[in-house]
Amino acid sequence: MAKITCPSCGYEIDTPGIVTVCPECGADLRGVMEEVGHQREEMMATIARDDSVTTHEFIVRTRGLTKIYVMGEVEVPALRGVDLDVRRGEYLSIMGPSGSGKSTLFNMVGGLDKPTDGTCFIEEVDMAQLDAFELAWLRCRKIGYIFQTFNLIPVMTALENVTLPMIFAGMGTDEMMERGRTLLDLVGLGDRLHHKPYELSGGQQQRVAVARALANAPAIILADEPTGNLDLQTGKEIIDLLKELNRESGVTVISATHDLKMIDVSDRIVHIRDGEVERIEQRADLELEIGTLGSEHVTD
Amino acid sequence: MLDVKGLAKAARAEGGPIEIEKQMTLPWTDAFRISLRNVTLRLGRAAITAAGVVLGIAFLASVWTSKVVVEGLELSQEEAHRRQVEAVQTAAGVEEEAGTATEVVTAEEKANRAARQAWLVIMSLLVCTVGITNSMLMSVTERFQEIGTMKCLGALDMFIVRLFLIESILIGLLGSLVGVLIGHLIMLLVFCIKEGWDTPAKMDWAAMAVYMLVAVAIGTLLSLVAAVGPAVRAARMPPAAALQTEI
Repeated sequence: MAKITCPSCGYEIDTPGIVTVCPECGADLRGVMEEVGHQREEMMATIARDDSVTTHEFIVRTRGLTKIYVMGEVEVPALRGVDLDVRRGEYLSIMGPSGSGKSTLFNMVGGLDKPTDGTCFIEEVDMAQLDAFELAWLRCRKIGYIFQTFNLIPVMTALENVTLPMIFAGMGTDEMMERGRTLLDLVGLGDRLHHKPYELSGGQQQRVAVARALANAPAIILADEPTGNLDLQTGKEIIDLLKELNRESGVTVISATHDLKMIDVSDRIVHIRDGEVERIEQRADLELEIGTLGSEHVTD
Repeated sequence: MLDVKGLAKAARAEGGPIEIEKQMTLPWTDAFRISLRNVTLRLGRAAITAAGVVLGIAFLASVWTSKVVVEGLELSQEEAHRRQVEAVQTAAGVEEEAGTATEVVTAEEKANRAARQAWLVIMSLLVCTVGITNSMLMSVTERFQEIGTMKCLGALDMFIVRLFLIESILIGLLGSLVGVLIGHLIMLLVFCIKEGWDTPAKMDWAAMAVYMLVAVAIGTLLSLVAAVGPAVRAARMPPAAALQTEI
């Protein structure tokens, strides 16, 4: 949540929600907080691009997705026929031990690699039928990527990193800067616009990456181990941010992970083992399980 | 405050698959800005690549400077000699044979010297090109992840190639300018010490300027040629492979 300023004494409060009274002058802050919350809701409405809510229930569908890596003379199957339907607006986690093929699945869905066999549809479009230009357009406009290693461009500032996809999308400079600021504000880095990645902490870098993923109002956010390089607390913050975006703007989040904190927020969890879907769990089935584990419970 | 334009641009589709458009924007100004940033912020890496160009072009410039200087000196010597001969002729009748004999030797020597110089220059430029290619290869390899990321964000292969080529032209231009200055000044200094401080006055400066421009052009071109291979190779990698590369 963004900082708020006390209306009577001008004191800046970093953690609204925890304090409801200004620590400097004791003024009641609830009115200001409500206003900030309302502005944030309006902003959220512009974050994701929802083209055709009524048309397709499934935003991503894969049929018999197979990937075989050839290493020398050995063929290593990473995916053995994955059928997966991802509903529009859902928060889906792909879980599995390392080497189970979840990153490979992530790459196929994101159009970063071509499957050996099988098809992957994004909004009913068969990705295998797209040429390089169309694939680039899809990556630029429809999908936002978040990586374990953040993958910010090291020579660019936070704002430039966020606006880079907008350059590729052909957006005008003024509009681009405005949207870049808005997005960085949204992820709580409104005061770090001109910092280079190495001047930011891991959590902050991942926030920039989240803002960048939202640059062209994508329909899908693909996150590959987004919390893998972060400590527990920071990881939790990123998960909460993704969940908030998912809930408030309706963007579909697909996250490959083995972070158990993700279970709390996922609508469905796909378990992958040895390149195959082992089982799919619904959130409803999990509530009880989490309750017995005693994890922190998120209420809607 | 709200950016509704982003929403308005959305490709709408009823029923069927969404409409896929073709991606093709990276304005030259933005490409130039990004490349320039890459050079200035990775100055260490750029300097190593540029060092190859500087050395090769400094050698080329020194060879050409010495050529121009020597020709200038010979010309002034010949002129002095002719004046001397004329003076002798006017003083003591006809005596031509000695003059022609020395000239024949000079022509043969000149041809030998030119061949030797061409050989040296070609060899040094070859070595220099190999050096720059190697340096470019390293520079591209250590940025595979960045290239993969850019492709994820919607960059086409040609954007990546464009960025690297602009960068190599910048490095090549800067490196060869420095190289020309170093090679030229050092050679001139050597001749000044050896032949006297009036040497610059005896040179053909117009020819020298042409040689210097050609040397800068060659350096820039070499750097560009050396970068094409690595840049194209990197740009063609599937993003997944580029992202996974570790060095």
